[in-house]
This record gives sequence, C-alpha cells and structure tokens, in this order.
Amino acid sequence: MSIPIDVMAPVGRAIRKQPSRRNLELVLLVFAWAVGVLGTLQIGWANGVEPNSQLWITTGVVGMLALVMHGMVRWKARYADPFLLPVATLLTILGLVMIYRLDVAATERAVLNGSPEPTPDAYSQLTWFTVAVILFVSVLFLLRDHRILQRYTYTFGFAGLFLLVLPLAPIIGTTVNGATLWVRLGGFSFQPAELAKILLTIFFAGYLVEKRDSLALVRTKFLGIGFPRLKDLGPIIVAWLVSLGVLVFQRDLGTSLLFFGLFVSMLYIATQRRSWLILGGLMFIVGAVLAYFAFGHVRLRVTVWLDPWTYANDDGYQIVQSLFGLANGGILGAGLGQGFPNLVPFANTDFIVAALGEELGVTGLIAMLLLYAILVERGLRAAVSVRDSFGQLLAAGLSITLALQVFVIIGGVTRLIPLTGLTTPFLSYGGSSLIANWIIVALLLRISDRARRPEVTMPSPDEAVTQVVRRV
Amino acid sequence: MSELALTLVRLGFLTLLWAFVLITVLALRRDLRQPAEARPTGRERKPARTARPPKPPRVAKQQKVKGSKIVVIEGPLNGTIIPLGDVQITIGRAPDSTLIIDDDYASSRHARIYPSEGSWVVEDLGSTNGTWIDRTRITSPTVLPVGAPLRVGRTTLQIQK
Repeated sequence: MSIPIDVMAPVGRAIRKQPSRRNLELVLLVFAWAVGVLGTLQIGWANGVEPNSQLWITTGVVGMLALVMHGMVRWKARYADPFLLPVATLLTILGLVMIYRLDVAATERAVLNGSPEPTPDAYSQLTWFTVAVILFVSVLFLLRDHRILQRYTYTFGFAGLFLLVLPLAPIIGTTVNGATLWVRLGGFSFQPAELAKILLTIFFAGYLVEKRDSLALVRTKFLGIGFPRLKDLGPIIVAWLVSLGVLVFQRDLGTSLLFFGLFVSMLYIATQRRSWLILGGLMFIVGAVLAYFAFGHVRLRVTVWLDPWTYANDDGYQIVQSLFGLANGGILGAGLGQGFPNLVPFANTDFIVAALGEELGVTGLIAMLLLYAILVERGLRAAVSVRDSFGQLLAAGLSITLALQVFVIIGGVTRLIPLTGLTTPFLSYGGSSLIANWIIVALLLRISDRARRPEVTMPSPDEAVTQVVRRV
Repeated sequence: MSELALTLVRLGFLTLLWAFVLITVLALRRDLRQPAEARPTGRERKPARTARPPKPPRVAKQQKVKGSKIVVIEGPLNGTIIPLGDVQITIGRAPDSTLIIDDDYASSRHARIYPSEGSWVVEDLGSTNGTWIDRTRITSPTVLPVGAPLRVGRTTLQIQK
C-alpha cells in the first residue's frame, strides 16, 4: 500500500550513523538483574528466610530470560533502542520481587493462623514471564518489518473488537469482582482486553494513516477554531460508543478510559489538530457525567474517591489501606520485607504500586515513575525518528497506551483520580497484562530498529530504472 | 540480621535503583547528542545523497509566500492537496519524498519546490525526463507562478491560493 502524501515525514533528513549500543543494553540488563537479586535477598534477611537453592534457581531463570531477550535483539533487531529492554526488564523484576514479598507475607500469616500455606504467586508470575519472553522472541523473529502489520489493518480492527466483547460471551465469559473482563477456557483464564489494546492500536494507526488527510484538512470554522465536518466525526463517535459500551456491559471503567484516551490522542497525533482534543475532551466529560448518573458502580467510585474515610471499613477499605501503606512508607520506605503491604486487598495486582510505595517509599516510587517515563520517551522517540507514517502512529500509540495506563492506575491508587481497575504495566501479577506489555516492547523495538538503522535498505523504487520518454 | 544492617541494605537498594535510573538518563543524554557528532563516512553515504542539494534557507516568518497549497490536477494522484508551509517539498518516487509519485516516468528524486523571496521556486534534481512548467523544460531553479501547470512524469501540479 502506498501512502501518497507524507505530511509527517521530515523533508531532506540526512542519514546518520547510529551506534547500535547493544553492549550498553547488556550492562543495564545485568544491573537490573542485580537490583532484583538484592531485593530478593533483602526480603529474605528481613524475614529470617535463608537464601536457599530454590531462590538462586529462580533468580538464575530470570537472568537467563533477560539474556535470551537480549540475544534475540542482538540477532534480529541490531539497531533497536538500547533502553527499552533493560527498563522493561527492571520493572518486571521489581514486580516479581514484590509478588515474592507478598507471598512471604501470606505464608507467614498462614503459619500464624495455622491454616495451610497458600500457593506462591511468584512462580506462576515467573511462568507468565517465560511465556511473555517466548512471545517477545517470536514477535521479533517473525515480524521483520512493522509495516507488514499495516496490510492487515481491518483484520486487526475486527479481531480487537472481537476480543473486547469476548468476555460477554455466554459460557466462557466470567465476571470477577463485578467486572466482566475475563475469559475462561478449560481452567485457563485471561483478559482479552489486554491483547485487544494492541490490536486496536495497530488498527487505529493503519486507519488514521489512510484517513488523516480528510480528517485534518477539511474543516469548518467555529469560534475561531477549525472543526471537522460532521461526516468526518464518524470514527470518534464510534470509538466513544465502544468505550461507553465497555463501561456499561463489562463495568470496566479503566479499559473504557484507556481506549477512548488512546483513540483521541492518536487522532491528535495523526492530524495535528487541537480541535480533536477539544472534541474528545468534551465527549469524555459528557460520557463521564452520563456514566455518573446512570451507573451505581461509577457513582460509588467517585464517592469513595472524594471521601474515602467515611467508607474506610467497607467500600473505601482498599484505598484507605493503600493510603495508610504509602504513609507508612514515607520518604525512604519501610524497606523490602519490613512493611505491611499485604493488608491491602489485591496488593499484588491493582495495588502493587501501593505495596512498592510502602516498602520503597516515595524515593522508590519516583524512581519507578521515571522508569516508566523513560520507557514512554523511548517509544515516542522511535515514533519521531521512524520514517513511515504507520510506524510513527503505531509507536506513538503503543507508548501512549503505556503512559495512559500508568497514569490511570497510579493516579487511582494514590487517590489523584477515582480508582479504576487497570493493571500496572509489567509490575502487576497477571499473565495477560505481562504478555501484552512485552509484546508492546517487542513492537517498539522493531520500530526503533527500523528508525535507527544507519543505512536505509528499503526495497524502494530507487533501484528501478526510470523509463525514458521517447520523443518521436 | 541487625537493625543497622537492614537499614543499610534498605538504603543500598534505593541507591541501586536510582543508580540504574541515573545511568540510563546519562546514557540517554549521550544517545540524544550522538547523531549530531557522528559524521557519516563516505562509504555509508549513498551517491544520490551526496548529490543532494543543501537545504534552502528558511524564509523569515513575516514574509508572506504566495500560494497556500499545491494541488495535483492531472495524473494518478489527481485531487491530492499538499499544504505549503515554509519548508521545501520534494517530489519523486523515493519513499521519503513529500509527494511520492508512483510513476515509471518520474525519477526517484525528481524535483523540489522551495520558498524563496516570497515565491515558490522549482528546481529539477537531475531527473531523467525533466520537469516542465507549461511547455518549457526547466534547466535552472525557476519561479513557479500561482496557477502555472508543473509537469513531473505523468503528473501535473499547480500552486493554488
């Protein structure tokens, strides 16, 4: 598919040699692994658990997985960004450390109560990480060029929508804690929305590359700002309705917010028109007000957000415990293994940031936010420097998904915005989320490899000889 | 383990975490600066690149350039509109051109249009079949008046107000 006009493509850019910097990546990976080992040991020391062979095997496996990914990048994406992989690995390792720490707490408590020891979550998370690494490696291996994805724009769009509504299917769909997000197939459950997030980003990117000229150029003036024509509003209205649908039928505030935010920001990036942001903001406000008055669960979230202390023993228990934990952590944190993060319900999924905040303090929390910032910055950098519009939009969209998700969940846990159930990328316990986020990293690496490759080796029409007009 | 040792480990962990962040940020700064310093060697440069003309000087903001868009009025891309800003536009089959024309009679880097002293100037970039304003083949950078047909391969373009 050829794109006739490339408004976003920079004109006359010189090709420069970018060093591949794979060794830097390796050093940072080893560093990240060392942080994880120290954290694990610290938990052991604080709780009187001697470092046993099982622990060394586990840390060894994590190190091996990181090396496998690094080797794959060296082999198949030599010029890819050297920061994406170590930063994502460190976040995953921090998540594993925290999940292990919560396991230790759960075991202690079980021993105290005389109840049977719960199965540790750290090992199943490690299994999921292994699956994520396998998928990461396959994406890098099978997808030689991200532009191939553009051919299947609409396939991805339909597949994404299908996955999004899959939890509503009669037999396989499952409702957990009030939200219909899960699909259970033979004792094996996953959240299709996590995967749908990637597929829909690919779809948005492909769709907007095709349509952005009419979305950007044709407009009618209103109040001094050029607004799009009514018939061009179709896609944004569809995205809005789908988001509302997710909210109504699946009762999932977070996913709904994520999709609409993603679509509006991608529209803005594609068209570079602020009017889309204004329109999107207005539609968001309308949707939010409608949802507030129409649905009890949304109203409850807002009420608890505004005044959690009144509901400290029932609906606000989780957020109040999270705030207590963060307060207990203070500036430097209680230290790994020395806080009480297990008092927060769902400490290893939705509230893992509260657990980390309690034990690492605001110092550690800021370091983690910076890690996310670096991740998003590198993704956006890939978007800026890659030459094709589809790659630009895709990389930007994937980075924005990460950024939005981090904002929505950490904002919720720290009571900046109403709490919505989203997983914290890379940190949270849960296979679907971990896998989806590692696929995002693989795609970003693929795009950044294309962007940073020193010599453009595209099968371009450059090679074809121009035909000479014969003059008779 | 003693309380003191645990405190030291606790601070050590945070230090390590921050060390990772700081090393990454420092390396990142180097990464941002790198491209400007690293000069391409001759071997890596494509011949087509070396022949590329230098970027035209940017037009001062207050200077009003005539014409606001380029419209394709004939050829496979008929109806395509490119808004004109204050940077040059390249035309050709190369995928990094502003206007990519998929036409066997166009060269990969066929022509460029750039603003100069309030008007738009066309320059042929050594194309095989030439760049034509109306019926004249241009040999040197030529001012392209608003409304004049510019022919590149089988495509005809026009600057419109």
